[in-house]
Amino acid sequence: MDISFVILVEMLYAIASLVLISAGLAVVFGMMKVINLAHGEFMMMGGYATITAVQLGVNVFIAMLIVAPLVVGVIGLIVERLVIRHLYGRLVDTMLATWGLSLVFIGLATMIFGNTTTGISTPIPGFAVGDYQINGYNFFIIVVAILLVVLMYAVLKGTRAGLIARGTMQRSDMAAALGYSPDRIYMATFFCGSALSGLAGAILAPLVGLVPTSGGAYIAKAFITVIAGGPSLIAGLVSSATSFGFVSQVFTFAISPVIGEVALLVAAVILLRLMPQGITSRFFKGKL
Amino acid sequence: MDRSAVRDVIVTLVVSAILIGVMPMLISTYTLTVLIIYGMLGLSLGLIWGFGGILCFGQAAFFGLGAYVYAISAVNVGESTLPMILAVLLTAGFAALLGAMMFYGRLTDVYLGVITLVVTLILFKFINSTAGPQYVIGKARMGGFNGIPGFQTLNVPGDPGAYIWGDAYYYVCAVALIIVYLLVTWLLRSSFGRIAIGIRENETRMALIGYDVAARKTVLFAAGAGIAGLAGALYASWAEIVTPTLFSLGQSAEIIIWCIVGGLGTRLGPIVGAAGLAYLKFLLGQQSMIDNTLIMGLVLVIFVLFLPRGLVPAIGALWQVSVGHKVRRRPARRMRRARNG
Amino acid sequence: MAETVLETSGLTMRFGGVVASDNVNFKLKHRELRCLIGPNGAGKSTFFKCVTGLLTPSDGHVFMRGQDVTGWMPHQVASLGVGIKTQTPNVMDALSVHENIWLAARRFFDPAEARARTGDVIDRLSLGPIARTDLGQLAHGERQRVELGLVIVTDPWLVLLDEPAAGMSAEDVDRMTEIIHDITRSASVVIVEHDMQFIRSIAETVTVFHQGRVLMEDHVDRVMTDETVRRVYLGKKA
Repeated sequence: MDISFVILVEMLYAIASLVLISAGLAVVFGMMKVINLAHGEFMMMGGYATITAVQLGVNVFIAMLIVAPLVVGVIGLIVERLVIRHLYGRLVDTMLATWGLSLVFIGLATMIFGNTTTGISTPIPGFAVGDYQINGYNFFIIVVAILLVVLMYAVLKGTRAGLIARGTMQRSDMAAALGYSPDRIYMATFFCGSALSGLAGAILAPLVGLVPTSGGAYIAKAFITVIAGGPSLIAGLVSSATSFGFVSQVFTFAISPVIGEVALLVAAVILLRLMPQGITSRFFKGKL
Repeated sequence: MDRSAVRDVIVTLVVSAILIGVMPMLISTYTLTVLIIYGMLGLSLGLIWGFGGILCFGQAAFFGLGAYVYAISAVNVGESTLPMILAVLLTAGFAALLGAMMFYGRLTDVYLGVITLVVTLILFKFINSTAGPQYVIGKARMGGFNGIPGFQTLNVPGDPGAYIWGDAYYYVCAVALIIVYLLVTWLLRSSFGRIAIGIRENETRMALIGYDVAARKTVLFAAGAGIAGLAGALYASWAEIVTPTLFSLGQSAEIIIWCIVGGLGTRLGPIVGAAGLAYLKFLLGQQSMIDNTLIMGLVLVIFVLFLPRGLVPAIGALWQVSVGHKVRRRPARRMRRARNG
Repeated sequence: MAETVLETSGLTMRFGGVVASDNVNFKLKHRELRCLIGPNGAGKSTFFKCVTGLLTPSDGHVFMRGQDVTGWMPHQVASLGVGIKTQTPNVMDALSVHENIWLAARRFFDPAEARARTGDVIDRLSLGPIARTDLGQLAHGERQRVELGLVIVTDPWLVLLDEPAAGMSAEDVDRMTEIIHDITRSASVVIVEHDMQFIRSIAETVTVFHQGRVLMEDHVDRVMTDETVRRVYLGKKA
């Protein structure tokens, strides 16, 4: 009984962290068909922003939920203005340029923070279920992921900005013809996507020791989750995060964490071979 | 046509003979050797990306695979000839399987990128986790993160005692690169190469003409991987140790940067880009003022934004302007399509 | 009775709930020239794509010279000796006219023969002055002509053309008509077309598509004067 509860929580946690890791990338890709390979470094910067803010005496939750997204959102905005807007419509070129940016950010972080591991302690204590110890922070991550998905859905479905965003996702040329400046939409989108990356990085920061190259651990997973998700933003994100989280946890419990990671990657290869355009090109068509 | 081919070969041989002779006066042969190996690695991606339109985010996987195949078989065989051949063939075979899976599944651009990236990660994670004593292939312990040291390095074929190292190894690598370069030249001039370029330009049309696009892309992909495998084996023999970092994403990123900076759609560009940037990185490594990852990143961003054709085509265009020929705008467009097509 | 070179039986293509091609039975004889017409969305192009292998039909069969080619890949269909031209010009933009046509010829002939045939086709289509120009720099009509060159350089016995006259000038259309007549001397030809003027000038037998089905099949003159066809084209309710 206890063990199945623990497994359930671990499973949900794995899915939730994939959702968190991928949300920022998914927003940018879904709206702008831009793959931001500096996404991992945006998360890394979110982590550093949090730690720096905490060291300056800011409450840890404010640092994670407000300071980090804002800081990284602004960095994203600068990046969009300086680099990415010159490359719209050139998928591969934006990937290359953002890959270059990721190296720049790693270099900058190394020069500022040094090549050493920094971290903060988890702000929520663990507790015991029967014989097992559960990390209370995992619940926090699950809750944040659920809130995030609900919030994204509500914004896209219920607000005027969301309506414009959905229109742009469908037909960016039509949205432009209707008088919505794609330039401003893209700016706003990239800001939101970056802020989400910063949020994810901040929330995951207490779990991992942060180094300037931490982003590399996230980007591949996020990239895979988003591409495997396919054209629908939220349905794609949730369905592929669920599939991958499930597969990796099954193998983690059955064999080992390394095999769990490898299983996730193998699952991605098989999935893309079977559904080259992603899960939501076949299922949940037309959903958000 | 044939006369221009002969001229091409002669120019290649003369220029490279001069370079082989002159370069050791400027840079130590030990460093030059690895620059040459990187040049070969750059050429391998330049072939499949620049001429086949296949963007591979995992060229490092083939490089690492070649290195590991060489190391493992060298430990077992105790001689270097067979391991060298195996490194090329097994890597090409692996790529053929992977390529067939991708191309017959009609995967393109970004999806291709994801798969090749993922395969690189799988290899990286798997080899990293092989630290235990149970991971043994023949006499070779995989060694996990620590890699495999102490294998037989290159020797005169048939005589395991006669190691080829130092200056001699430099000449061997240089000749190997020239041979590979001439082979690539021949391949691109052949019908196969011209058909590959046709496929890069328009897959649908080539299929409607009657070409089996998936099969041809698979073969080209395998050929590029074979070259990367050879580069990996030569690297293993140079470094005398192989570690999982050969498979890292950073390594893959660097190969892509070399191609962009040097110039896609040319044979020379990726080689020049690879050797040039690797040497730049070597020089930057000797100072600690500025982080060299930062420089590499800036170089990539700047080239994508301002000189997307790369150095070699740009210099070629300048040269033609200054000599007074009409500038051919073709390479520019070929490039753009190769990357975004 | 001449040999049937292309036949479909019960060819059906569904996209979700839409039936774009509905139980089409079609026969084409050796050296026949056939035009497929019909209003937008009538299912001409879907039919064309099913025949060429660009789409796999949901139901029914396609036969070429008696061989069942249903579900074949485009390159397999083409390898039988079928020349295909798609709706939008499908050419290699960064390659020259000569290289484009040579690549098509090389599929079936050795390099020397391919080069000779390329030269022939360039003369036949009067592409000589632009033979070394890249396709990307050519006008629309010229690109259409080059694509036709790609199709005929291998001497196909069956030629499938999707809207060959689309967006061309009157002069270009005349030239195209001439070339197509030339092709029918040795091959069967299927043309999907919108342009009634062009069809009048070229066609003998016409197959009219409507809502995925074959509405009628007859000589061009009778089709043009048929009440039902006129209604379908003008969109009036019967």
